[in-house]
Amino acid sequence: MREYDLTEKYDVIVVGAGPAGVAAAITTAKAGLATAIIERGDFAGSKNMFGGIVYTKPTAQIVPEFWKSAPIERRVIEYQYWLLSKESHVSISHRNQKFAKDFNAFTALRARFDKWFAQQAEASGAILLTRTTVTGVLKDSEGKINGVSTDRGDLMADVVIACDGVNSLVSKGAGLHEEWKPEDIALSVKETYSLPKEKIEDRFNVRGDEGVTMMIYGGRKEEYAGFIYTNKDTISFGMGAIMSDLAANKTRPQEILEWLKSHPSIKPLIEGAALREYTAHMIPEGGYDKIPPLYSDGIMVAGDAACLVNALNWEGTNFAMISGKYAGQTAVEAKKANNYSANQLAHYRGYLESCFVLKDLKKFRQVPRYIATNRQFLTLYPELMNDVFYKFFEVDGRPKEEHLKEIKDEIYSRRGRIGILKDIYGLYRKAT
Amino acid sequence: MSTATQTSQPIATEPKATVEEKLYLAKYKLDERPHLLILDQDVCKKCAQINGSPQPCMILCPADVYKWEEDKKNVVSYDNCVECGACRIICPYTNIEWKFPRWGRGLSHRYG
Repeated sequence: MREYDLTEKYDVIVVGAGPAGVAAAITTAKAGLATAIIERGDFAGSKNMFGGIVYTKPTAQIVPEFWKSAPIERRVIEYQYWLLSKESHVSISHRNQKFAKDFNAFTALRARFDKWFAQQAEASGAILLTRTTVTGVLKDSEGKINGVSTDRGDLMADVVIACDGVNSLVSKGAGLHEEWKPEDIALSVKETYSLPKEKIEDRFNVRGDEGVTMMIYGGRKEEYAGFIYTNKDTISFGMGAIMSDLAANKTRPQEILEWLKSHPSIKPLIEGAALREYTAHMIPEGGYDKIPPLYSDGIMVAGDAACLVNALNWEGTNFAMISGKYAGQTAVEAKKANNYSANQLAHYRGYLESCFVLKDLKKFRQVPRYIATNRQFLTLYPELMNDVFYKFFEVDGRPKEEHLKEIKDEIYSRRGRIGILKDIYGLYRKAT
Repeated sequence: MSTATQTSQPIATEPKATVEEKLYLAKYKLDERPHLLILDQDVCKKCAQINGSPQPCMILCPADVYKWEEDKKNVVSYDNCVECGACRIICPYTNIEWKFPRWGRGLSHRYG
């Protein structure tokens, strides 16, 4: 293993030891490039937070058979969607044993998973420099980026891969893009609760290392998305909402979290559990149209820093890992060609365009904005669904015909036939 | 030198814990140099007149970092900060200088 030396010049400097940065570093280190990962936290993962789940197949592309040593919490066998009203919910879920066998995704805690993931980069030959904050990029006389400045001194490299997360101060400092807008960013607050294994098994109807994910919408005037993920002996519970919407409603994010916690459908799931951690994080949800330039002379940007998140499908870690991998691959090719110009690094964008990363984001580019500006989807419809199901199941001695008429009247008075048709058509057009 | 706050006692879900109590669970090492800075208090005053108080930074901050004192001063408790960055983006006047704490200081997640 290489020794850390401030005077040494690296082939590659990766900023940030999250899923994107570590995937990039493993790729370059394995190809024999002198690679340093700079991490501002006490250890890799200590500053990171997500819902959340990690996807198996993308992870195995970076570390084959990772499940033999990685700190995974539970294999996800069921995905649930919950639509809330004030004191009720309608849920749709899909549980499938194939998810357990094929091992589609697993829940994880970032302080543990990212720490392990970064160790794999070190095992591949990368140098991990923790407790070091990058404060800016360095440029040569021709304006090509050739290193970074940190709170411990300068480090030089042929190419910098900025995987510094949603705040992305490095790529902003490099002039690649400007600050995000509040309408493009969700603010998420999350609480981690400890709950005995047996209680998790009982409350969520799982056994062994099976786990479930819950996505929660509705019941409030704000557009938010709540989540519950089952871990081994903890539960990740949180919510996210677009920042401009929170500000416009003058709603504090933790207010929504507290409301969710007291909701009669959710309360029994968390009751008696002990709070272990409270924290917050931003999620770049602007989609394809908000992706900044992904490369410039001597620099590439990957993961959250590049706005590579599919908010519609709740996917982020896979986008981070695969974009990091391709940034790493592009760095390896650049080293071979001894060319670190924007022209050469443009291959990185080509890789992302030919895989799900930019294909998915391009496909659904209009959906985030469409749902955000058509508030009925996350506010009116969940409530309406609850009212409809209530009337459907209600037995009160009156003929069913009257119930059905009330249901129809209810729907048409609240949104109108034309409105509903427009919504169905609109969503179909944007999402297919 | 800085001190690390660490509690092993979890908080039960009932009664409701305050943000302050929740933050007390976090492992935190202080960087004596504040990493958050209000550039111009007069801008915060103007913001209060236009947007009312609490101002956008105070509404969005999940860690109660910003407090409007005596209708004239935005007091920043940067040692509460969970380093999310929301205040920087929501401030309508880019009046918050926002950096990361140095040398691995600030918040350290145990779960994440």
